[in-house]
Amino acid sequence: MSVTVQEAPAKQVSQWVYNDFNLNVATANGSGSQTSNNLLIRSLYKMGIPVTGKNLFPSNIQGLPTWYNIRLSKDGFLARRERVEIMICMNGATVAEDMESVVPGGIILYDDSLPVANHRKDVQYYPMPVKALVKAADVTYTLQRYVANMVYVGVAAFLLDIEMAEIKNALDWNFDGKPKPIQLNWSMVTAAYEWAQQTLVNDQPYRVRRMSGFNEGTVLIDGNSAGALGSVFAGFTFAAWYPITPSSSLAESMISYAAQTRREPETQKATYAIVQAEDELAAIGMVIGAGWAGARALTATSGPGISLMAEFIGFGYFTEIPAVIWDIQRMGPSTGLPTRTSQGDLLAAYFLGHGDGRHPVLLPADPTECFEMASTAFDLAERLQTPVFVLSDLDIGMNLWISKEFSYPETPLDRGKVLTAQQLDAFKEEHNGQRWGRYLDVDGDGIPYRTVPGTDHPAAAYFTRGTGHTPYATYSERASDWENNLQRLARKFETARSLVPAPILQEVDGARIAILSMGSNHPAVVEARSRLLDQGIPTSYLRLRALPINSEVRAFVERYERVYVVENNRDGQLYEILLTELPGLSTRLVSAAKCDGLPLSARWITEQITQ
Amino acid sequence: MTATPTRTARAPKLNPLGLEKTAYKGADSTLCNGCGHDSISARIINAAWEMGLKQQDVVKFSGIGCSSKTPAYFLGMSHGFNSLHGRMPSVSTGALVANRTLIGIGVSGDGDTASIGIGQFKHLVRRNVPMVYVVENNGVYGLTKGQFSATADLNQTLKYAGTNPYMPLDICLEALAANATFVARSFAGDAKQLDALLKAAIAHNGLAVLDVISPCVTFNNHESSTKSYAFGKEFEIPLHELSFVPSYDPIEITEEADETEVKLHDGSSLVLKRLGNDYDPTDKYLAYRTLEEARQQQKLLTGIFYIEPQTPSFVDTLQITDTPLAQLSQAQTRPSREALAQLMAKL
Ligand SMILES: Cc1ncc(C[n+]2csc(CCOP(=O)(O)OP(=O)(O)O)c2C)c(N)n1
Ligand code: SF4
Ligand SMILES: [Mg+2]
Repeated sequence: MSVTVQEAPAKQVSQWVYNDFNLNVATANGSGSQTSNNLLIRSLYKMGIPVTGKNLFPSNIQGLPTWYNIRLSKDGFLARRERVEIMICMNGATVAEDMESVVPGGIILYDDSLPVANHRKDVQYYPMPVKALVKAADVTYTLQRYVANMVYVGVAAFLLDIEMAEIKNALDWNFDGKPKPIQLNWSMVTAAYEWAQQTLVNDQPYRVRRMSGFNEGTVLIDGNSAGALGSVFAGFTFAAWYPITPSSSLAESMISYAAQTRREPETQKATYAIVQAEDELAAIGMVIGAGWAGARALTATSGPGISLMAEFIGFGYFTEIPAVIWDIQRMGPSTGLPTRTSQGDLLAAYFLGHGDGRHPVLLPADPTECFEMASTAFDLAERLQTPVFVLSDLDIGMNLWISKEFSYPETPLDRGKVLTAQQLDAFKEEHNGQRWGRYLDVDGDGIPYRTVPGTDHPAAAYFTRGTGHTPYATYSERASDWENNLQRLARKFETARSLVPAPILQEVDGARIAILSMGSNHPAVVEARSRLLDQGIPTSYLRLRALPINSEVRAFVERYERVYVVENNRDGQLYEILLTELPGLSTRLVSAAKCDGLPLSARWITEQITQ
Repeated sequence: MTATPTRTARAPKLNPLGLEKTAYKGADSTLCNGCGHDSISARIINAAWEMGLKQQDVVKFSGIGCSSKTPAYFLGMSHGFNSLHGRMPSVSTGALVANRTLIGIGVSGDGDTASIGIGQFKHLVRRNVPMVYVVENNGVYGLTKGQFSATADLNQTLKYAGTNPYMPLDICLEALAANATFVARSFAGDAKQLDALLKAAIAHNGLAVLDVISPCVTFNNHESSTKSYAFGKEFEIPLHELSFVPSYDPIEITEEADETEVKLHDGSSLVLKRLGNDYDPTDKYLAYRTLEEARQQQKLLTGIFYIEPQTPSFVDTLQITDTPLAQLSQAQTRPSREALAQLMAKL
């Protein structure tokens, strides 16, 4: 069914809105809209416009509604924004509510075969003859559904002034120069563009235009690709994983990047192994085994996988085995909302395991930090001989972010305190006559020395066990042995405080309140602070980049009357950790926690502080 | 130097590395006196010593249980990893991929393998991870004091656990179904056979499953149990007489009429002397049938049921460098500046 639209009043656009609006594309999952959306965002990015794309997709392969939200912000604000100025409706199931969601003065592009009941007076409509255009394009039946989405690319390009040359570049990039699909899609885009040019009166106010000053020195990438690339350049040698959204693409990207860059030149053999395990429990078991044997080993998973890993992580803490665990957080226990984001695993990751234990947790805020922290995580895991978490989330992991170009890692790999056969020989002499013991703290930092299997020395071997042990790794059930070992592990964790990435502080003269946050909330915090400043409320900001916290965090909190702890979970998990770690400062801390599956917005954060 | 010693002390026997057998011992066992597991440890010590394994090249793995404690009691100069209950397979997979030159010897229990660990066990078999996998099978949970395991006999009665109403799992059949390349059963009381099987298992380039009936003298050693000493001694039926001929042994093997020789990956061989039957351990259907019949008739049939020495091991399949992954340097594992620049340019 199609609806005829009233003739748009031939009004003069009084004010153009350039590079500053929100465009939302509603499609059905599995309809191939990803390519179309990528073309839009990539061409806008290449025009120098600060842009961000958030994919709101269902846990489903085909049919359920999906939205792709593209925000353009000439001022460089890249958080999720709730207001939608431009709606592209391609899905009949949601078209009614999608049309309602547009702000007054906004515009709506829609597939003219959708059942559209009534029209709002305060928005402009652009029906697109998708079926007719696809029919005219003469493509095989199976491909029709896919190219149909190219129609809105062409119409949007005309209405918004997106450079067609950049759309073509994006298409070439997307299909890696393969002429067939490029030609197929390009002819559809141009057909739609030409139709729009000939048919539409473009008197709506939204326009894009090339700009500079923001996208230079950046890349447009998702955090999982970045983490994968970072791990490949961090010299990982072993990875084991089990598929789970939103982490699968991290392992899959590793497979692709490693195949391109990690072959021994002479033999073309792999300098790494990536194993798809039978479950997450086996994945972490393999990683622990590989780390014990001297590999740089990692796994990537999400919440449900973390649950299965609990016993091994606790074991790794106690037996002091390096391991890196990427948790790309999603919502809830078991399946929860597997395609929605959250920061709900913080407490679980920090304390995972039974008995006493705590683990360093790295908190990347964007793809660039995913790249960098891939190295940091390995260095820390091997330096501290313990499992280290990297807590990303679906928003960072699977959405495209404009992120600082990655720089080549300059620091050498830190392989930690691993003794060679020669060093074993010299150990006594170099350590005041003390014989080497696997769990003996000779340096006072709580970190013992280890050997790896295969070390050619008669005294290199030791027995790794979850049971009680002495500093010499022999079995012990003595109370004092157990307690001393636990105290040493606590000492080691204190050492970790000064080794993990320090927080990033932005302090403002005259600010009496501050925001403390982490990870993917960063763009929303940045924008909220700007809004607050406009309202006369200057704020300082501490972005935590790791647990355990260091002394800077305490000093920061002490300097402000109120510190809002902003996080994307229900219970205020970071807030709870800070309460325990900063006794005496609890009255200054205010929890601002929200969990609805979406990235936090600047509006919500601002409200927490002003209301 | 005395010219004519009155009595010569008998020179201790030395292995190819010039070591005495005692050099292959571990810590003192803390298991119950007479526990079958200790006999198996003694066989592992003997096999490693006779083969002249360098202990630094060996890694020992286990899960949790009385059986899984035993790696502490042999090969004291080898790294050992007493992991989690049922999770030895994943740990050993990671370690052996990280360092492909290591010789892996794993010890598990029937609870550890057939109950909590059956999933990981079958995937380890399926991947053909190159290691020895000994199941010290006593049909009971020793360490947690006498509960039934998944290999306990149907209708068997235990002092505390009562009567077992469930069918047992047969570890050899499970291994075979998961495409194992080396499947054997033995009895802790059969030192000679166990020696030969352990050596062949060590020489095998792939996963070698050894299901060894190992009586728990404390919880499951009464005569009615198929996992007791009495039962084993009386009813063990060897399929063949086994001997292992190492690759360096200069003796030419002349295959006797009643002998079959199976060549192993490293040039050594396992010689099977027929015992009144015509068992061919490369015939998988025969292996299935033989195991199933033994299971139905509750016969303790021992020997090598199936062997396939040519299948690539997991490490071969991965196509990794000859240098152990764990020993690769930064120069070998961090791609170049240009490689990053190229990838960035493509983004
Ligand atoms: C996750 C977990 N669950 C339960 C236990 C308790 N547990 C320790 S040993 C064992 C059974 C061991 O039986 P088996 O593998 O047959 O070894 P055996 O002692 O008979 O040699 C159990 C259930 C544990 N250690 N870990
Ligand atoms: S309880 Fe049984 S299995 Fe455990 S040590 Fe004693 S005899 Fe051996
Ligand atoms: Mg048992």
